[in-house]
Amino acid sequence: MSVETKTSKNTQCFHCGDPVTHTVYEADGHAFCCLGCQSVYRVLSSNNMQQYYRYNVHPGKKKAERSERYDYLDEEVIADKLIDFRNEEISMVTFYIPAIHCSSCIWLLEHLYKLHPAIVASQSDFMKKQVDITFKHGELSLRRLVELLVDVGYEPKITLQDVVKEGRKSSQKGLVAKIAVAGFCFGNSMMLSFPEYFGMAAFETKYSAFFGLMNIGFSLPVLLYSGRDYFTAAWHSLRRRQVNLDVPLALGIFVLFARTAWEIFTGSGPGFADTLCGLVFFLLVGRWVQHRAYHHISFERDYRSYFPVAVTRLLDGAAKPIPIAEIHVGDRLLIRNNEIVPADAILLKGDAAIDFSFVTGESEPVRKVLGEIIYAGGRQTGEAIELEVVKAVSQSYLTKLWNNEAFKQYEKKFRTFSNLVSRYFTVVLLAIALSAMAYWFLQADTVRAWGAFTAVLIIACPCALALSSPFTLSAALSVFDRNGFYVKNTAAVEQLAAVDCLVFDKTGTISSPSASRMQFEGSLLADELAMVVAVCRNSNHPLSREVVNWAGTVAYMSSRDFREVVGKGVEAIVEGHHVRIGSGLFIGLPDADGRSGEGSKVHVTIDGVAKGWFSVEQPWRGNLSGVMKELSRTYELNLITGDNDKEKSQLHGIFPTGADLLFNKLPGEKLEYIQSLQHKGNQVCMLGDGLNDAGALKQADLGIAVSDDINNFSPGCDAILDGKSFSKLPRFFKFAKHAVRVIHMSFCISLMYNIVGLGFAVTGMMSPLFAAVLMPLSTVTIIGFTTVAVHLYASKNQLTDHQS
Amino acid sequence: MSAIFFLIGCSVFIALIFLAAFFWANRTGQHEDTYTPSIRILFDDEVEGQATEVERPATEIKKAESQ
Repeated sequence: MSVETKTSKNTQCFHCGDPVTHTVYEADGHAFCCLGCQSVYRVLSSNNMQQYYRYNVHPGKKKAERSERYDYLDEEVIADKLIDFRNEEISMVTFYIPAIHCSSCIWLLEHLYKLHPAIVASQSDFMKKQVDITFKHGELSLRRLVELLVDVGYEPKITLQDVVKEGRKSSQKGLVAKIAVAGFCFGNSMMLSFPEYFGMAAFETKYSAFFGLMNIGFSLPVLLYSGRDYFTAAWHSLRRRQVNLDVPLALGIFVLFARTAWEIFTGSGPGFADTLCGLVFFLLVGRWVQHRAYHHISFERDYRSYFPVAVTRLLDGAAKPIPIAEIHVGDRLLIRNNEIVPADAILLKGDAAIDFSFVTGESEPVRKVLGEIIYAGGRQTGEAIELEVVKAVSQSYLTKLWNNEAFKQYEKKFRTFSNLVSRYFTVVLLAIALSAMAYWFLQADTVRAWGAFTAVLIIACPCALALSSPFTLSAALSVFDRNGFYVKNTAAVEQLAAVDCLVFDKTGTISSPSASRMQFEGSLLADELAMVVAVCRNSNHPLSREVVNWAGTVAYMSSRDFREVVGKGVEAIVEGHHVRIGSGLFIGLPDADGRSGEGSKVHVTIDGVAKGWFSVEQPWRGNLSGVMKELSRTYELNLITGDNDKEKSQLHGIFPTGADLLFNKLPGEKLEYIQSLQHKGNQVCMLGDGLNDAGALKQADLGIAVSDDINNFSPGCDAILDGKSFSKLPRFFKFAKHAVRVIHMSFCISLMYNIVGLGFAVTGMMSPLFAAVLMPLSTVTIIGFTTVAVHLYASKNQLTDHQS
Repeated sequence: MSAIFFLIGCSVFIALIFLAAFFWANRTGQHEDTYTPSIRILFDDEVEGQATEVERPATEIKKAESQ
């Protein structure tokens, strides 16, 4: 035994790096922590792919215990939905694989052809955690391909809502092409404009007409192709009787072109072609920066991402996988261990212990008896059960949330600063332009009147203003990103600064499911603890795993006659001692507090002697009370949860006095509560984690999903907060406010440039050179200022890399 | 002096070629994944005929990695 203890201290699993507690799993002189890791190694080594282990030490990830069944992939209807392209010989498919994390992963996924000759090619995208696979479907079925990936430890995530395909739609290909054209024209027209700026000798003036025509040629694609979106956006906003920033921009672009064309064709001047091209180029770059994705996370997830693609239906005694959409009321479903119940159903057969962690964040399984309704979204743990569907998938208790009005609107409308400002800006701009024109008309100087009018519109074109928001907010986004806070878009950062009321969910949001604190009351000798661990190791129950984690490294003992009574407890014989672990009822103790049903206490007896009990303390996230105290200074804090109120008194101590603490709320009620806060005039930010918060997250002015693994699926939201960064929350809010302050400051700077420019423009005497210098100068100032200011504020809030 | 017309024509033509090259790169997805290729280039090619690679024990690999 002592020898084994030694190995357990020193050896790490060759595959995943976890400490090895058994010496059972070995291959080629390497030790493995579990059968899963060992079998992955066997598969790789038998295909001559040990190179996988050369690029990184312990490149593998521990295989999740649960293994899904993929027989549904043999159904043509389902397989066709997943396959991107197919001809007579080959098929192409793209999988999202959350396990991708290192260079070994890339190597393995790009050498899949070694595993099976039917795999023609595979290419991985590390950032998106995707792999494209081309395979001969005649020799390898889609199901076998997926099982092959599972065998080597790279389980693809297959869901109804195909995140992979939706991610592709939002690519910026079109925008990049427009930037390329604008940049090309900008460079060339600048080259052709330089001679005019530097002055031409008399004999050279014959070229100026040629240069002018070339310039018009370069500004045409910019006007018609690159700048097209500004005209359509301006037109749409005018039709809705709104004035956004696109209106003065479109006006500026059009006037620039019109005046350039007029000057060149009448031979009265060189025009502003390079200013036009430069303006559009910078504007488009700003737009690109704004939509640049720092992280490939999908924020538009709904219940379809969580639900399986198919479910097993029992019809006349035969089991057949069918797509979820084809489930009808009255169907009989077979739900195996670790499968998700897709629709509200009545339990007909079997022992149900449903894990609702997707829905509520609570990982403790709930027991159900025959005839009871099981709500959709729960995951069965234990034996296979049979259910009769009582409601269609879209009408179920949980999923009908998505029929709510809040989900109808596609995109939330954030009130952004630039939208607010542009309304006044445009009006003032037009007023100045028209009054300058009127003044020169009164002076009977028609040429100058038109000159002044167009010059005002050109010089005051809010290019710098249009760039200040994207550059500031996108710099802020990247700061958030590096701190484990993933915000959907730049507008959401502004909304973050605007909220004044925070609503928290409890389980999974302010409590962390992974860091639960276990305590043992009673006394256990080291040997006895080892016996307890030996028993618990056999069980998949969260509390059993918790006990094993809590015990840490102990001597390895083998157990026999293991028996698990689902939802009650486990027992086994270890080294001749009869160890029973479980609820008071299970081990035959009169339960003192009558709380056996909650499973919060795990009793231990060895040979019938009570040794004490484990209790799980509610594991609040790090520094929760500190975070709440800091937030309560600026924000109204509330709590709404679907759980019972057993921790009410504890939460009263954490939340400020006067905060709403609401318990036992249904998903729909959460949504209504957010609405009622909004009716009171609050800007509400909801922080939640489970699917039952999805409605509230959507309804709130800003929805933040808290997740312990960002590659896991989180409900649709505006931002995803890594659970580890929860304690930084007050700083995130403060930093968002600072970012908005930077926008205000850069707005002032761009206004100053505008005022200086306008001083020249109203006189009608603006040289093209002046515009050509002023426009890029103001743009560069704004970009430089916002970048520097945002990073200064980031370090002030201790959100820079070296401080976090 | 009409050489200028010729030279400008040449320069625009060359610039157009670069623009076309950029479009081609964009269309074939070369800007979609800017990270993975930087790792892919570092993988060793396997030597032909040396199919069964002599495997090093785990400790040796660790040493090699740490150096």
